[in-house]
Amino acid sequence: MPSDWLSSEEWTAVRLSLLVASTAVVASLPFGMLLAYLLARGRFYGKTLLDTVVHLPLIMPPVVTGYLLLVSFGRKAPIGAFLDKYFGIVFSFRWTGAALACAVMGFPFMVRAIRLSIEAVDRKLEAAALTLGASPPFVFIAVTLPLILPGIIAGMILAFAKSMGEFGATITFVSNIPGETQTLPSAIYTFTQVPGGDAGAMRLTLISIAISMAALIGSEMLARFVGRRVSS
Amino acid sequence: MSRPDGLEVALHHRLGDFTIDIAFRTGGGATALFGPSGSGKTTVLHAIAGLLRPERGRIVFDGRVMLDTAEGIFVPAYRRDVGYVFQDGRLFPHLTVRQNLLFGRYFARRRPRRHDGMTLDNVVGLLGIEHILSRRPANLSGGERQRVAIGRALLAEPCMLLMDEPLAALDVARKAEILPVLERLRDVSRVPILYVSHDVAEVTRIANTVIVMENGREGERWQS
Repeated sequence: MPSDWLSSEEWTAVRLSLLVASTAVVASLPFGMLLAYLLARGRFYGKTLLDTVVHLPLIMPPVVTGYLLLVSFGRKAPIGAFLDKYFGIVFSFRWTGAALACAVMGFPFMVRAIRLSIEAVDRKLEAAALTLGASPPFVFIAVTLPLILPGIIAGMILAFAKSMGEFGATITFVSNIPGETQTLPSAIYTFTQVPGGDAGAMRLTLISIAISMAALIGSEMLARFVGRRVSS
Repeated sequence: MSRPDGLEVALHHRLGDFTIDIAFRTGGGATALFGPSGSGKTTVLHAIAGLLRPERGRIVFDGRVMLDTAEGIFVPAYRRDVGYVFQDGRLFPHLTVRQNLLFGRYFARRRPRRHDGMTLDNVVGLLGIEHILSRRPANLSGGERQRVAIGRALLAEPCMLLMDEPLAALDVARKAEILPVLERLRDVSRVPILYVSHDVAEVTRIANTVIVMENGREGERWQS
């Protein structure tokens, strides 16, 4: 929907950013919940190592994460070639690759928020549910899940916000192709590299601020609504 | 073939330097496990409910073997049909009182019914909680919470009710309010009750049989 205010390339960058961030959050949520559960409740050898690996993208320079993705998920790289050959999934220089980069960068935030909420669940409530005849999967669905919902929402919003702002890993892994991998930050960066791009950079910056604020306010309202329902 | 009625418990379990070693049998009605704090009463209840796997032991209820470590039998808590009223209530904070009450009902539906008359209306009337059905646990008084916890356990149609100091967290006035409810419950429902307490007055009022526990062992037994 090109308008007088934004060029069609700029709209594309906005839409692509929203698509990439949403995909990254939704696709990583099952893995995030599984890992959060393992780290909160599991007792196994190598737990500290797993915890460290999950947090690595938070500490490493994003360019390093992007480069690691490139050498493992590129079309000729071991994992990338395997996924391409057997599942037809290609990440390199596609928007799916941008989503993968964003998912990896947002993962520590998501896992951390969900893990904290799982650790806060009173396990005595789960024992009570067991004595009422609920099998462990039902206990999870009927008791644990509703109680950790605020944490899941917080984790998704944090990961979404991180994805909207992700630049280093994305541009290293899938470059900066308009219409395919050029998200909002890359588009802004491109504007700053050409003469007379200031106006465009400023327009996209304002949009970026608006999206961030909407996400924060939305999550705040949602968390308050859910929190009221589950607080004891 | 006649099936032995009642509950048969034999347990041996070590917790640090404390050892529980107890064997008893109860019939119908209300039986109390009485003893000072730290005498292992709650551990016995946890073992009966399946929330704890003892080192050695055998638990049989109405001929149903719930636990037999020698045979490698351990029926998980959710298949034991044992109702548990915890000292701290443990109501689900995200559900209303009505949803809390019906929680076990949903899972009890798949089994053949054992005790008639325990409908939501009957239980709500028995416990006097009509006026709080749509509230959430956070807005209940301690006495109301405990009554809902009792109702929730009853409505799961248990074959036995375990009560772990259900009045200990309440003040004198609230206790006086719930004791008659427990007496009525004992007389109205045919569910056998195993009642844990360290309060003599409470125990003598509710139970027909009292098993005294001391340092993880059975002391004497009083019959009324």
